[in-house]
This record gives sequence, C-alpha cells and structure tokens, in this order.
Amino acid sequence: MSIKRLGSVKPFLAVLLLALPLSAQAALAIQHWETAQGARVIFVESRALPILDISVDFPAGSARDPAGKPGLAQLTHALLDQGAGGLSDTAIAHRLADVGAVLSGTFDRDRAGVTLRTLSSTAEKEQALEMLARVLQQPDFPQPVIKREKQRLIAAIREAEADPGTVADKAFYRALYGTHPYAHDESGEPAAIERLTRGELQAFYRTHYSAANAVIAMMGDVTRAEAEAIASRLSAGLSKAAAVPDLPKPAPAADSDTRIRHPSTQSHVLVGAVGMARNDPDFFPLFVGNYVLGGGGFDSRLMREVRDKRGYAYSAYSYFLPMTEVGPFQLGLQTKLEQTDDALKVAQATLRQFIAEGPSEAELTQAKSNLTGGFPLRIDSNKKILDYLSLIGFYKLPLDYLDTWVDKVNAVDVAAVKRAFARRIDPDRLVTVVVGGGSAR
Amino acid sequence: MRSLWAIGLALLAGSAQAALTDVTLDNGMRVIVQEDHRAPVMVSQVWYRAGAMDEFNGTTGVAHVLEHMMFKGTQTVPPGEFSKRIAAAGGRENAFTSRDHTAYFQQMQKDRLELAMQLEADRMANLVISDELFAKEIQVVMEERRLRTDDQPQSVVYERLMATAYQAHPYRRPIIGWMDDLKNMTAQDAREWYARWYAPNNATLVVAGDVKADEVVALAKRTFGALPARTLPTRKPQDEPAQVGEKRIVVKAPAQLPYLVMTWHAPTLKDWEKDTTPYALQILAGVMSGNDSARLQKSLVKTQQIAVNASAGYDAVARGPGMFMIDATPAAGKSVAALEQAIRAEISRIQRDGISEAELARVKAQVIAADVYQRDSLFYQAMQLGEYVTAGLPPEALMRRVDKLRAVTAKEVQAVAQQWLQNERLSVAELEPQALTPQPRGAALPGVRHVN
Repeated sequence: MSIKRLGSVKPFLAVLLLALPLSAQAALAIQHWETAQGARVIFVESRALPILDISVDFPAGSARDPAGKPGLAQLTHALLDQGAGGLSDTAIAHRLADVGAVLSGTFDRDRAGVTLRTLSSTAEKEQALEMLARVLQQPDFPQPVIKREKQRLIAAIREAEADPGTVADKAFYRALYGTHPYAHDESGEPAAIERLTRGELQAFYRTHYSAANAVIAMMGDVTRAEAEAIASRLSAGLSKAAAVPDLPKPAPAADSDTRIRHPSTQSHVLVGAVGMARNDPDFFPLFVGNYVLGGGGFDSRLMREVRDKRGYAYSAYSYFLPMTEVGPFQLGLQTKLEQTDDALKVAQATLRQFIAEGPSEAELTQAKSNLTGGFPLRIDSNKKILDYLSLIGFYKLPLDYLDTWVDKVNAVDVAAVKRAFARRIDPDRLVTVVVGGGSAR
Repeated sequence: MRSLWAIGLALLAGSAQAALTDVTLDNGMRVIVQEDHRAPVMVSQVWYRAGAMDEFNGTTGVAHVLEHMMFKGTQTVPPGEFSKRIAAAGGRENAFTSRDHTAYFQQMQKDRLELAMQLEADRMANLVISDELFAKEIQVVMEERRLRTDDQPQSVVYERLMATAYQAHPYRRPIIGWMDDLKNMTAQDAREWYARWYAPNNATLVVAGDVKADEVVALAKRTFGALPARTLPTRKPQDEPAQVGEKRIVVKAPAQLPYLVMTWHAPTLKDWEKDTTPYALQILAGVMSGNDSARLQKSLVKTQQIAVNASAGYDAVARGPGMFMIDATPAAGKSVAALEQAIRAEISRIQRDGISEAELARVKAQVIAADVYQRDSLFYQAMQLGEYVTAGLPPEALMRRVDKLRAVTAKEVQAVAQQWLQNERLSVAELEPQALTPQPRGAALPGVRHVN
C-alpha cells in the first residue's frame, strides 16, 4: 500500500535517446513475416533471460460490437480462457499455473488480445504454448460459463458507476463520437449483455479471431526457426474468415457541455476533441507538442497552471490517444466541487493559448531532450519491447519505427506543432464533460 | 517436479552472477548496487526510513506532504528545477510514501546517475519549505485524498478497517492522513518532519542497472558522503495489544455493489532464517487466490457463484505487524453475510483437511517463475531491495526467498491457517452501498422488489 505522487491517470509519454553516438542504442533487430495462414508475425530474439513473451491481437475490440449489441466483443474476449478444447476453465488455469505461466488479456476499442509470459525451458514452454493455442483456437463458450461471466461483467460495470472518473470517461466518448462505434463503452451495456446468446459469441469469434486478422508478437528466448514454428502452430487452427472491413471515419464532434450529477467530493473535468489516428502524418508534432501542453507531467503547462500555481488538482494532463481511426485528444483534471468552474477556466485558457501561440523554443527543446534522452527507457525490458512489437504489428507501423523515433522527435519544430494543433483542435469547438455535484444539465 | 528443480538451479546460477554490493558510508548511509547490464539504463532510489507509521496524531499525512515538498526547491535549486533538470536529461522521476518509508527515484540513461545523486544529496540536507508553496501544495494533497480515498468507496472501507483492526499500532492511520489533519497542517509541521528524519544515517541508496558498483559507491561518497550524520529520535515499538475478540464495522458510501473485507492479524518476517510462519502464510495466500482457479475463485466465483471477485493477500515484509486479508464482492442477489459464510467455509476446509500436494507444487512453480520474470524489470528489482532493507531485512533474505518458500510443506500451510485465521484476530468490514443519485419519491429501488 503506497501512495504515488502522480496518478497513473495516463502514461506520461516521456523519455528517450540523446543524440550521442551510443553504441548501446543499437537498433532492435525486428523480424517480420507472414504465416501460411496469413497471420502477421513480428519478432525479436533475446537470450538474456530465460523468458518468452507472446501476444496475439485481433481487431476485435469494442468498436466491432454489432449495432444493438454493445458488450459482445468484451464478453467474447472474456470467455476465451474459460473453457477451451474440452478443458474446463479450472483445468486451463491450473495447467498454466503448474508451469508458472501467466496468461492475460488486453482489450480496448480497437484490439482484443491474449498475452502469454512463460519460462523458456522446454517442458514449461510447451505446456504454456499448448494452453495458448487451445484458448485462441478452440474456445468452447460453455453455456453455464456464459451466464456466469455475463453476471460478472455486468457487476464490474455497476461497480464502476460509483467512480466519477469512469462515469466521466464514458460520457466523454459518447459526446465525442456520437453514433460512431468508438462512442460506446468498451465493456458494453448491461441490458444488451443480458440478451447476448452463445450463437452470437461463436459467430463473433469466428469472424474476428481469424488468421487473416491475427498479429502475433514474440519477444525473448527462442530462435527464429522456433519462433516460426510457434507462429505457424498458433495461426494454423484459427478460423479462415477474411480480414475485417475498415471502421467508419468519425465525424468531428460539435461543441457540447455535459454535466452529470454524482455524489463525489470532486468534479471530474474532461475537455477534448477528436485528435489523430495511428497513421497520422502529424503524429510526432502532436506527440511532442503535447508534452509541453499536458503530457510532460511536472514539465507541462497544465500541471504548472492547474496544480503548481493554484493547487487546484492532484492531476492535470492532456494526451492524444492514436487509434485505428481518429482517437481522442483529452485534457483532464479533478478538483473539489466549489472550484470546478475556476479550474475549468484555467485549463481552457491554457489550451487556448497553446493553440494560438504554440510552445516556446525553450519549451520545445526541453520536450525533445526529455523524449530523446529517455528513449532507452522505452525499450529496456522484454515486456516493453513486446508492447511495441504488438503496436507496430497491429497498426502496421514501419518496421524501423523505433530506429527513426528519435530523429522524428528531433525534427519537430515550433511551426509544425502550431500547425498540427491548429488543424485539429478548435478551442471554440470542444466537448466538455463535468461529473460531480448536484447540477445536472 | 524435475523441471522445477532445473529452474531452481538455473535461478541460483543466475543470482550468483548478479553482483550485489552493499556498503555503509562513514555517515551511516547505506548504498546497495545491483548490476544488470541488459540495457544502457539505470534506476536510482533513495529510501528514507520514515513513513506514516512514524507520525503522531494531529499531523497524520505529514510524511506524504513532505514528499510533495521535496520537489519545491532548496537553497540552490529553485522550486520546480529538480524535475526540470531530470526531465531535460531524459529522466523519469517520482516518489512514493508508504506506512514504512518514503522513497524518491529517477530512471535514466546510465551516464546520468551523477546528476540524480547530486540533486538527491542536495535535497536531503538543504530543502527550503516556504509558507507560500506549502499553502498551495497542501491543497494538492487534499485533492489527492479526495481522488484516491474519499470518492473511492472501497478505499474508504480499507481506511476505516485499518483504523479498527489496529487500536494502538500506528498502522491504524491512513498514509495520506485524515482530512482534518491535512486542513490543520502547517509548513512548520513539514519542516519539523524533515529535520527529524531526513539524514544520511536514516537513508538507503539503491541503484540498479548498467552501472559499475565501485563507481556508484565512489559517487555516493562524493555526494551523500559529504553530509553529516544526525542523531535520530528513538522509535517506540507501539506494539498492538493482542486482539480479544472479533470486530465488525459497516461503511456506508455511495456505491452500486457491496464489498467485504476480512483481515486477521499475522506476523511479518523478522528473523528471515529462523521464521517459518511468514513463508507459510505466503503460500497459503497463493493456494487461496494465486491463479484464476485457486480455491477462492474456483469455489466462490466459479462453482457457488456467490461472488464476482474474491482474493487473498498477505505481505511478509514490513517494519510493523502484518495482516492476512481476504476481500470479495458478492454476486447479484447474494448477501454479504452469505458470502462471509462461504469464505469461512473455505478457511475451515483448509484448517480441517489441509491442502493437496498438487496445490502446493502449483504455488511453488508460480513463485519460482515470478522470480525469473522479476528480472525483466530493473525498477522492481530495486523496489524489492529497498523494501527489504527498509524493513530491517538483509538483501540475503531476498536472495534466499525462493528457497525458503520452496521449503514450506503442506502441513505447515495447514498449521498457519489453524493458528492465525482465528476469529479472535479477525476484523470484518462491509460496504453498505448508498444510492448514487437521490431516488424520486415513491420509486422502487433498482433490484429491490417494491412491496406496498
């Protein structure tokens, strides 16, 4: 039980490489191929630790929920390891634990994934991979388990309704995305979850968890030949469904102001707009510029204005969340009810000024030194590298993404930041959500 | 079992290679260096043996408030400059306060260690706490309390349960402090705390990463080594008197679901070579909730479906006493009382019948693997060293932890369940949800049958 000085509200994308001629900065040798079944594989061999990490991702996040069935994607994902290939949920959990393997899931609007961490010794690895393959290829969706997991998912949604931050986040996406599939919450809606059938889960699974949709990322203690064998084995038993179609393009949201009453002692304030997609050519100007605005933690303007100068909030931040389609730009803070309007005004003024004037040369230099000087920290563990491999594979980023990262950060100038922000964020056309207090609107 | 042995041996070989340096400077500051050359980075942490447990009534939360003030400038480094300089060098930095300690860290490229150490040494001795900046920062801390505790019903349950389970020991007080104490805290309170505890002889530097131990020690001598040792106040044990009967509280808070926590007083690791109970309690927690189908999950969540979540936890490493804790959320339509009975039945089953060899082997396999996985994180390796040392345990206790856990027998697990999970040591807290929004007059509560 400990208290951190900064909330883990969102990762502060901070860190990276100096322009020093660092031999240690040797590029990661990223290997890439496709399996016979069409799964994309991205792999880095590293023998330093006796560990193998694998993630398998599919475009099966909540944005893929069919109309009227919010929660189908999440429930399908939750059931993968709850009975597969004739083994019960308990048998699967025990066989993994017996060899010290850890199987976990990742789920968001774009992606649904399964991640395995196992020891690389033969017997342990073999048993862990056998469970991973089974879970990906043969989920049973047992009827009684569906019923149970529906209740658990609904309970989790209900429990989160007490959390003003979650309430605000849901309202923010609704206001920002309107009728777009990014609008509804990742977990879905209780009433719709109640109605989901086993047939719907199976159909969703077959359509989305196919080899053509799969991205397999691997990092660790195996040879290329073995990695190829593992990838083939994982993709061989997947369905042959075609790649999913593109998601629709989100329309820019009209400005709106949503107030939700909540019995909390603080207001949770979110302000934003649609920001950028993963493949946006302005990714680096927006990313580096946002460090100055609200991404750089104590080094950012929002933290200085809202927290340091006025003591209004513990956390004040902004970020772009790049997604398959245009993801949100979000600015957030939490403050006691009676100073909500004052804090909101400070945040709005900070944003408005940043968009009008951009960062100063000194601020931009500081942002770039932090990001480039901290680059090695982004890839200093197998886990972190696996996350990048999975990101590069899923979003089809260039294989030299990490090799060129520092140069691209360094290439950003004040004019580029100003231009990129002005093009995307109109301070007169923002979505605002305030949760807390008694004044519903 | 053969494969487990193989892993265990590989692990021993691995830890033999991992050079650990543990020295104490002339001024009493301890320096621990864990070399790890996988990536050209390092983490540097300064641990002070001063946490919430060292506070007094009336100024609860001051350890954490001081942690905030440590970023507010020294005689030579202006407010905000600490963070700015670390950021300019590509670093990530932060701090954390617990019941037992306050720690500050920087993660950076390996060649930036000197900057981190100079700045840390400076603020160990030369902090300036201005009334003006304190007045702002105490507002920030109150917002932090609202965010993390007051508006989180399960956090409120935990806070109130600790205040109930402990009557004398300072673990009864929340780390972040009671709100009224924060409202009445002054800059002088923070200054006194700093003067009392921030000295090299109350601190440990832990550095892990792509560094050379002798260079780190030399650097530590040049920076921290120049600071004088100070006389530290006497620490009173404040031992908790034996509990003399079960305690129960109800916490009413806006929420949608009830929540149950049961906690038993238990020992922590003091003599790492001779103690057996803490290791057995760790295995017991693993048997109860170490995997997705461990006992609590399998019985309560999957089979009986009386809970949507259930887990057990126990932390063996602490300066003070320990707790074995179980928390759970009832499934829709199930009562907290029924859930508590089901948990008690699981405990009785272990007390009566013990655990199987398969369960024991499973938990041990997880312990061994987790120990290998931890080597993937420099930060975590440094964290563990800091926690052990601050709790008064030698690094050797950490290095030998896996061996000690592997030596635990099924009989020992049953015995600790019998001895420690007793009603006399138990405190129970229940969250009784209150409506999130006022109900219109005459409307039925959701989920409750409306009878006229």
